This record gives sequence, C-alpha cells and structure tokens, in this order.
Amino acid sequence: MNTNMIKWFSQSWMVVVYIFLYMPIVTLVIFSFNDSQLVTVWSHASMRWYAALMNDSDLIAAVALSLKIAFFSALISVFFGVFTAFCLNRYKRFSGRTLLSSMATTPLVMPDVIVGLSLLLMLVSMQHWLGYPERGLFTILLGHALLGTAYATVVVTSRLREMDGKLDEAAMDLGCQPFQVFRLVTLPLLLPALVSAFLLTFTLSFDDVVLSSFLSGPGYSTMPMVIFSRARLGLNPTINAVATVTIVVVTFAVIASSFYTSHQERKRRREVAQAYSDTNK
Amino acid sequence: MNKFTNYMRSFFNGRHVVIGVPYLWFLMLALVPLLIVLKISVSEMESTSVSSMISWSEGWPAIKLNFASYVFIGSDELYVQTYLSSLKYALLTTVICLSIGYPFAYFMARAPKHLQPMLLMLIMLPFWTSFLLRIYAWKTLLVNNGVINNVLMSLGVIDAPMEMMNTPFSLMVGMVYSYLPFMILPLYANLSKLDMRYLEAAADLGASPFKAFWLITVPLSKAGIIAGSMLVFIPAVGEYVIPELLGGPDTLMIGRVLWDEFFSNNDWPMASAVAVVMILLIMLPMAIYNKYQSEQAELKS
Repeated sequence: MNTNMIKWFSQSWMVVVYIFLYMPIVTLVIFSFNDSQLVTVWSHASMRWYAALMNDSDLIAAVALSLKIAFFSALISVFFGVFTAFCLNRYKRFSGRTLLSSMATTPLVMPDVIVGLSLLLMLVSMQHWLGYPERGLFTILLGHALLGTAYATVVVTSRLREMDGKLDEAAMDLGCQPFQVFRLVTLPLLLPALVSAFLLTFTLSFDDVVLSSFLSGPGYSTMPMVIFSRARLGLNPTINAVATVTIVVVTFAVIASSFYTSHQERKRRREVAQAYSDTNK
Repeated sequence: MNKFTNYMRSFFNGRHVVIGVPYLWFLMLALVPLLIVLKISVSEMESTSVSSMISWSEGWPAIKLNFASYVFIGSDELYVQTYLSSLKYALLTTVICLSIGYPFAYFMARAPKHLQPMLLMLIMLPFWTSFLLRIYAWKTLLVNNGVINNVLMSLGVIDAPMEMMNTPFSLMVGMVYSYLPFMILPLYANLSKLDMRYLEAAADLGASPFKAFWLITVPLSKAGIIAGSMLVFIPAVGEYVIPELLGGPDTLMIGRVLWDEFFSNNDWPMASAVAVVMILLIMLPMAIYNKYQSEQAELKS
C-alpha cells in the first residue's frame, strides 16, 4: 500500500463515520419542513408543524419546566463539581478519598435506570420518615444535579490538573488566606472550565428522560418525557419541528461557547507572555 | 464554652468543609440510594421500611430477609435469558464501536494539526444535541415506509421495503450510533499524545508499518481502549431508551425489564433485585474502569 492509498482510505473512513453521525440529524431537520402528515414521505415544503408547535400548550409547558430544571441543576452541579474536583485534586491523602472518587465517577457509567430507581427509592423512604419531599420539580432537580455533579467534576478536574500550583503558592507567599487564594486566583483561572461545565450539565439535564421519568410526580412532565411518550406511539411531525428548533439553538450555543473559550485561552496566553516580558525587562 | 468554640472552629476549618460538602452530597445521593435498593430487594412487597424487617425474638433482634425475588430471577428462564442477551448486545456494541472508533481516532490523531479541533468539534456536536431526538430520527430512517427504504426503492435498488425496524439490526444501529463518541473521545485523547519517535525507531529497526502499529501503537493506547470500552459497555448493559424505541419484542434488554417491573407491575422488590443483579454484572468492568482512571491520574500528576 502506498501513502496515497492510505490517505484515501483514512479520509473516506472518516467521511463515512461523519455521514453516519449526521445523517439522522439532517433528515430530522429536512422532514420538519415537510407538509405531509406522514413523517417519512415528502410532499412539499411548509412551516405547518412549526405553527402546530406554537399551539401545543403541553409541549410548551414541558419546555418551560425543562429549561427551569436544567438551569438550576446546572448551577448546583457546577457548585458541587468545583468542591469535588478541588477536594480530589488538592488533597491527595485523606481517609475515604477512594470512596469519594468512586462515588463521583459512578453516576457517569452507571445505567440511568439504576440511578433513577435508587434515587427514587431513597426519596420515597425519606418521604416516609420526614413527610418531605413530594415528587415533582425538586426531586427531578436532585437527580439531574447528581448526574451533573459527576460530569462537572470531570471537566473541572481536568482544568485543575493543567493549572500549576505555583500561582496558588505565590499568592500564599504574598499573604493570602486559603479562601482568598481560591477566590482571587483559582476561581478566575477556572472560569472557562466552569462555563463549559455549566453548558454540559445544562444539556445533560435538558436531554434526560430516564431519571425524570422515575423522579417526576403527577403534573410534572419535562420536554424529553413528552417527546418520549409521543415517539413511543409512533412517528410524529411535531417532534421533527421541536428537534430542529433545539438543534439550531444548541449549535449556536456550542459555537458561541467554543469561541468564548478559545478567546479566553488566547487572552490568558497573551497575559502570561506579557507578564514574562515585563519581568525580564 | 471556650473549649467548645475552639473545637467547633477546628472542626469547621477549610479543609474539613471542602472535603465534607462533596462527601455528604455524594453519600446522600449516590451511596445511600444504592444501599436502599439492596435493602428493598430483600424485603417483601408490603413491608419496605427498615423497622418492619427486624423482629424481636427473645430480646435479640433478628433480621428477616426475603430472597424470593432473587430466587425468582435465578429460576426464571426469561430473566436469565434477558441478562445474557443484554450482555451480548452490550458486548457487540462495544466491539463494533471499537472497530469503527479506533481507526477513526487514529486517523483523526494523524490529521493535520490545524484541522483537529474542527474534527473533534464535529464529533462532539451530535453529542450536544438531544440523544432522544437522534434515536427518534433513526426510527424515521429505518421504518418500513421510512426514508432509507423510500430512497432505495425509488432508486430501484430494492423492490420491497427491507424489514429493519424492531429487529436486532435497528437496536445495534441505535446503540453504536449513540455510544460511538464515547469510544472515540478517550481513544483520540490517548492516540494524539502518542510519541511518534517510537514509531520512527521501530521503522529504523526494520519493522513494517503494520508490525509497528500492532506492537507499539496498540499497546501504548491500551488505556484509551479500556476507558472507551468501559464507557460504552457499562451503560449499554442497562440501556432502556434505545431498546424501547428501536428494539423489537425479541430484542430482550434488562433495562426494559426493570422499567416494566417498576412502572407496569409496581413490584419494587423485584425491580430492586433486577437492579442489584445488574450492578453485580457491571461491578467488574466498573472496577477495571476506576482502577485505570486513578492510575492515569497518578501518571499525569
């Protein structure tokens, strides 16, 4: 095999995988503009299903609930994620460190049905003893926050690992208290990681159907729960319209956030270079 | 009083709080719930609280354990078959993801440096859009009057629609599709750090490219292979949404059984026992994954 053939082979392999990954998304978008009641048979272009979407009060209420839950669960996840990552990264030896790190990675790999079932049974026992909490928004929020914390921990940990401890040491030498070091040095450096952890946990929550189904109570249906119950019954053109709207929003958000992170990274590098050249003057 | 405040102060010092907060959070939401599942799996349907499990005989507490659910799982043909077929589908998903994902990650790591962030982003992007919607999209592609059949029939490739939906094929397409990025990302992270000088050295010493790949690249990417495989295999065993939307009546998956025991039969002890057996099955891969993760962390620091 000569190099040209290898190159051709590797490029076509990648193209085929990308087609495989994007084909469903592209068809979903195309057929959202299909006028026909039959999702898969093209008749002619129309915005009919978007109009139907506007009048779909069940779905709109579900989207509002999902957004609310996603926002708060992302906040909580980032908060606990920073604690967990900081704890695992800065304190190398304390009793129960292994337990904490395995508890923090468990929700990442554990099948959703088990996480959902176990959380629900815990909350039911809690309600049995304390009379609180009712199943609903709060319980869904807890479930998503648990899953989110595990992911936020991974994101923040990888950033903490890249940062060297020298800046912290310097701040401490200059007389900062540990909390001041964290607030004035570590936290600003972590900011890009916090933003990406927030976005990741937000989408995870916005996407989840299994945990929500276990943890929700009557009257609380999230957007994925509504979509799932419709998709189970069969194909439904309004789902295509919802899908297109979310895909457009998410794509913009991802592109914007990647611009933000690369901008932050460039700014940081420039500042570091500036600081070096200042000291060497 | 002074002693007390001193004690409180030393107890609530920064370090204790920083360790204590995440610890309590995960204990309450990750460990305790699993213990409760374990407990309910050995309770009877009517008595799922702890106090009802303890009976007092001659002043000593005796704990009543009810293994009926486990006995039922072990003796019922259908449960055993469902567990085996879940493992089979999960293993198949892992193998297919690895054989598609490894070359992909390898080629991506060899692609021009300036293109790599773009290629990586294109892998991540579908991952950011709703998983549920992407599975639903496969349904529109694979059904009998679906997009694939319609296109193939209008092109004259086939005369009658192919039966793809609700078969092991549609299940595998959905599983591989959803889990492929989880395989590619750790593999790429690993392969992109591979020191090319090893391969040059191997070539200098007369190894063929294939031999060098097999003897150097593959062993060096072992950590990526293990991380990727575990990230695919473990959640795949308990997958619920994909078999529910794309699978058929004969594609048995244990996640669906657990769901039905809980939501349709309202049998909590049985659902818990199903979950406990599932946890036992994925315990070993999970331990391997955790061990490798901490070893990697150690290597880096």
